Amino acid sequence: MSDYKSTGVISLDDIEVPSDERLKAGPVVIIECVENIPCDPCVAACPKEAISMDIITDVPDIDFEECIGCALCVTECPGLAIFVVDCSYSDEKCKITVPYEYLPVPDKGEMVYALDKRGDRVQKAEVVNVRQSGKTYGITMEVDKGNVWSVRGLEVME
Amino acid sequence: MVDVGGHMPERRIKDHPVLEFERGNEFYFDYEGKKVKAYEGETIASALYADGLRKFTESKLLERPRGFFCAIGKCSSCIMSVDGVPHTRTCVVLAKEGMKVENQGARPKFPFIEVEKGKRLERDIGIAIVGGGPAGLTAAIIAAEHGADVHLFDEGDKLGGQLVKQTHQFFGSHTEDAGIRGIHIADELIERAQELGVEFHNRSTVLGFYPERTIAVERDNRFEIYNTEGIIYATGAIENFLAFENNDLPGVYGAGGVQTLMNEQGIVPGEKVLMIGSGNVGVIVSYQLIQAGVDVVEVVEALPEIGGYQVHASKLRRAGVPINTRHTIKKALGEEKVEGAIVQKIDENWQPIEGTEREVECDVICIAVGLHPDNEFLRQAGCEMEYIRELGGYVPKRTEDMRTTTERVYVAGDSAGIEEATVAALEGKIAGAALTEEVYGSSKELEKKKEEAKKSLEQMRMGPYGEAPRQGVKMCTVDEEVC
Repeated sequence: MSDYKSTGVISLDDIEVPSDERLKAGPVVIIECVENIPCDPCVAACPKEAISMDIITDVPDIDFEECIGCALCVTECPGLAIFVVDCSYSDEKCKITVPYEYLPVPDKGEMVYALDKRGDRVQKAEVVNVRQSGKTYGITMEVDKGNVWSVRGLEVME
Repeated sequence: MVDVGGHMPERRIKDHPVLEFERGNEFYFDYEGKKVKAYEGETIASALYADGLRKFTESKLLERPRGFFCAIGKCSSCIMSVDGVPHTRTCVVLAKEGMKVENQGARPKFPFIEVEKGKRLERDIGIAIVGGGPAGLTAAIIAAEHGADVHLFDEGDKLGGQLVKQTHQFFGSHTEDAGIRGIHIADELIERAQELGVEFHNRSTVLGFYPERTIAVERDNRFEIYNTEGIIYATGAIENFLAFENNDLPGVYGAGGVQTLMNEQGIVPGEKVLMIGSGNVGVIVSYQLIQAGVDVVEVVEALPEIGGYQVHASKLRRAGVPINTRHTIKKALGEEKVEGAIVQKIDENWQPIEGTEREVECDVICIAVGLHPDNEFLRQAGCEMEYIRELGGYVPKRTEDMRTTTERVYVAGDSAGIEEATVAALEGKIAGAALTEEVYGSSKELEKKKEEAKKSLEQMRMGPYGEAPRQGVKMCTVDEEVC
């Protein structure tokens, strides 16, 4: 366990991650929700029943083999703690879908700053998909593969 | 001094990622001889704040300036004389065209309002519910669904309580209202209660409890009496304050007060906010400030760990906001209003570490250090109270059915102990069902709904974050025979 309790920053040690084989096979969900809080909209959002809980305060149990990386859960999570990564199509690049609830909303094709878990700019990235559900957006960016575990947010360029 | 003119940055929010502010007609009212712009639906305090006013009152002895604090009618920090009536809480009274608003002196005179004989309103009613938030509304709905005569009293102009400022998607069970934003939950509950014929008494302040369940109510400077069959108190909570130098400066606001100003009234509190406290209120309001385009410069937390949910803290960190644990505020800077703050590290024994003082640039200091139950009425109604730290202060002893030790007086929501909106709604359901049974006779359906709500409540309190309320509720819950 990392020091997220005092920093608010989750590390890879804290969460369940897909195997390398699963990552290479196609888009897949990454859930950065590690506390036993009473919350379960992700379970209802999944069309493949890949996310489950026995009781509402369980941490989401993810079946990475069932997950199709559709990202429907990304915009349903009240904690904005769900992301989808796709490492399947290139040696250099990958796609990351993040939840977004600020203004302005970037357009497809726009260049944005990809941010890490501390809000630091990691690289410039192209927005390759924008999906809206209610007032929450799922924004997909293309980033360098080496940044797959660091990029979790975005900032629109001035 | 009123800060006027075009140099003030526009405080009214135009574009917001979650909210749409449909402002009503524009009009003017008079404040100390000056015309102040307002829009229909704005409170006097909001319009004055948008106009640049920061000092609403002053302290009686030292005449230090005071700003608003809670924005929901609980703290008296914004009282002014309105159309000749002093002690008017400007944060809950809507601005009206031509209104005359004045600063009130240290000892304002009250006008004499003559009431015609025989004109005093007195009514016999069924169930009275005090407070129109999630607990009061769900109580009203379940009672009205089963044929009860239900009257819902609220001192605000609009119902919905604090749901109306909660713009984030709710946690909890998707079978309840999780994933839905608080503002929409309020609309749905209000609509449902209306359909069922619940009589709304808005702008109505319940003043006191008299024997045999009679309540006195003030509405539009009129006194009303209601003789009831039973009462549910769902009066919510009050924000806690914090001791530090200059903590009375305008610009030191309750986080909930800022939420009301920003999310309900569509007015930003300032440009740079220092948030004190990293519990869920602190981290959620910080996020909402960023959504409204306000810079949150830092969150300080005295505890060694962040108090709120990790997911809330993480999204704040992703937005670049530092959260400094084992830090506290030493003093607020400024003469007439907040112009900065000094923060400082503290050690394991909660002692400030000298030499770690650091100046923070900010024009607003938000206090998010918890809430305590607002339940003076219950004490006045003779309910046995007990101090339960885990529930935020004094709470009434109650049965699992939310019945207090005073006959046919029930409690629900934060006034029964500080938790959150989903819990409040479930408690409202339980209290509403139980009182309806007591007044109108038992019903299998009500019994079933009540038991379901109790089960959901138990689930909501599972997990580490449910530990405190779980223990607290255990300590003040008594057997049926006691009540």
